[in-house]
Amino acid sequence: MNFINSIVIFFYLMGTATYLVFFFNQKKSREKTGHYFLTAGFVIHTTALVYGFFSSGHIPVRNLHETLSVAGWAVLCIFLILQYKFNLKILGVYAAPLASLIMIISLMLPKTPFHDPEIFKSFWLFLHILFIFLGEASFALACGVGVLYLLQERAIKSKRPGFFFHRLPSLDLLDTIGYVCILAGFTLMTIGLITGFVYAKTIWGKFWSADPKEIWSIITWLLYAALLHGRLMIGWRGRRSAVMAIIGFAVILFTFLGVNFLLEGHHKVFTRW
Amino acid sequence: MLDIVLIGINHRTAPIELRECLAFSEEDMLNAFSVFKNSPVIKELMVFSTCNRVELLMTSPNPDKAIQAAKQYLSDSKQMALRQFENSLYIHQGDDAIRHIFRVASSLDSLIVGEPQILGQIKDAYRRATSQKTSGVILNRLLHKTFFVAKRVRHETGIGDHAVSISYAAIELAKKIFGSLEDKEVLLIGAGEMAELAVENLIRNRSGNIFVANRTFENALKIADRFKGKAIRFEEISTAIEQVDIIISSTGAPDIIIHQDQVKKILRKRKNRPLFFIDIAVPRDIDPEINRLSNAYVYDIDDLKGIIEENLEDRKQEAVKAERMIDQAVIKFRQWHENLEVVPTIIDLRKKLETIVQNEVKKTFKSLHHLSETDCQAIYRMTHAIINKILHDPTLFLKQNGYHGPTSASIDFARKLFRLDDE
Repeated sequence: MNFINSIVIFFYLMGTATYLVFFFNQKKSREKTGHYFLTAGFVIHTTALVYGFFSSGHIPVRNLHETLSVAGWAVLCIFLILQYKFNLKILGVYAAPLASLIMIISLMLPKTPFHDPEIFKSFWLFLHILFIFLGEASFALACGVGVLYLLQERAIKSKRPGFFFHRLPSLDLLDTIGYVCILAGFTLMTIGLITGFVYAKTIWGKFWSADPKEIWSIITWLLYAALLHGRLMIGWRGRRSAVMAIIGFAVILFTFLGVNFLLEGHHKVFTRW
Repeated sequence: MLDIVLIGINHRTAPIELRECLAFSEEDMLNAFSVFKNSPVIKELMVFSTCNRVELLMTSPNPDKAIQAAKQYLSDSKQMALRQFENSLYIHQGDDAIRHIFRVASSLDSLIVGEPQILGQIKDAYRRATSQKTSGVILNRLLHKTFFVAKRVRHETGIGDHAVSISYAAIELAKKIFGSLEDKEVLLIGAGEMAELAVENLIRNRSGNIFVANRTFENALKIADRFKGKAIRFEEISTAIEQVDIIISSTGAPDIIIHQDQVKKILRKRKNRPLFFIDIAVPRDIDPEINRLSNAYVYDIDDLKGIIEENLEDRKQEAVKAERMIDQAVIKFRQWHENLEVVPTIIDLRKKLETIVQNEVKKTFKSLHHLSETDCQAIYRMTHAIINKILHDPTLFLKQNGYHGPTSASIDFARKLFRLDDE
């Protein structure tokens, strides 16, 4: 498994390098190569996860090592979908290093799984984790797109368009993709939360146990709900939307990792190390 | 052996008044072609004449005489004394001439480096020369190489990237704000050449409705008519901004006509859909503070000029890369040109035949083990004799031709027939 993960990381790193080269020299062939690297890495990664699923009989999230691997996979998955849909070439510069970083951290963590296979064997848990992770990956990309938006906005507002101005796409496209990411992330997260509550009911016998993770998840959910509401009703777009996407992702990072490490709760299982 | 010679003036060496006097019209060119059609000193001729340059590209067995003849022709046909323009003329021969035409076609010698029209102009000039059959083997090859080099420079360097005119710079910015300009609505306030040029460029990018506002409604009607737009009254500007996306302003007003707090309210009404103000007026029409508002962007004439300067600087840096590509191409062309002589061609021809014979003989020997060393030697001698016999007549033909008629064509043909050049 370790070996497979190293191969995946190798492909992601190669993808990162080619995307960086592309960002500087703007040669389309580089972008294509980068895309091939990431796709190849993604296919191997998916195969490894599916193998892990069938060999253990449940989704492999028994410790932080495995959980992060799923998170990295989700980032790549959403990135490839966006790439296919919008042909936003430059996003690879953000997604590839992000996925690589997640995978490298994952590789460095201890691999011994925590043993309580009973609580893992639930279809609801599978759905819960899949949707939550895809949703959070969408938010991660929304954050990246938000950063690109702010860079491009600054280039235009400063009236000295230079390096970033020529390389980044239009504000309109970045804003639209950021919106799509948040909308998709919000939908996925909502489904993920609902399945999570159902799962909690089957395991602990109650939907809501005021666990810190649950509370923070609801806070995150409300934050994005507010962002979407503001956009649709009052027209929060552009800079404000970008800044909120970045803040939102920071809150997610805290919900994902911070809560597990700093506060007690039943999610601790999944990030034990 | 024909040399390549180029004589001409351009925007660097001569003022516009002189360039105008020496410019060639379509008829002038035809006249030049017919004058030199059977000239003993000018074998091939091409003329290009644009507003920035007049150049004669020739091949000649005697470059000095060709230059003299060309100067004389310019002086006679333009009815100007030679001394009036002789100092402005530049003369290039051989490699320099080749490099010059490559540089001109790649737009390195243009007034605005990287402008794309020049290649088309050279293509036209070449077409004219071919239609009058004044271009021969050398110019044909040279011009085809020129087009190739110019295309390569355009594709592989950033020499033509990024806008270098006010209206294009504005369009480039608009595209970075809105993505596509399709169906984006435009408001033109005031009138003026630069502003109207920008509107035309926007229309070319398939923008949506055009609104025109002017202090005098009549003028607005006139301009709106030209752009198939809608004229509005000056007081209606605020309402119009709620709807449009791009505002181009170019009035003679002494004060600011669109203020920050006004736009702030409008942005709220339009749910923060972005607004792009292009302020071409001096003094300015649009409050520069509007640029501080989210989703509103203001560029005045100085900002746009600043961008252009930066882009020109970028082009100059890209030009260095282009020069390197051109140097390579010049060397390659020179090699071809040098080979266009009798002796190298005969040597190449012999080499080619010898390689073929050697390979075939070796192959045959492999299956004929019973042959003795002396037998092999005899066979080798025979193959040499065959090569000599085969080459006898072509060699004679190429050499004889060399003393009388034009050799380049037959040499070029021979080289092509036996594929002596790699490409």
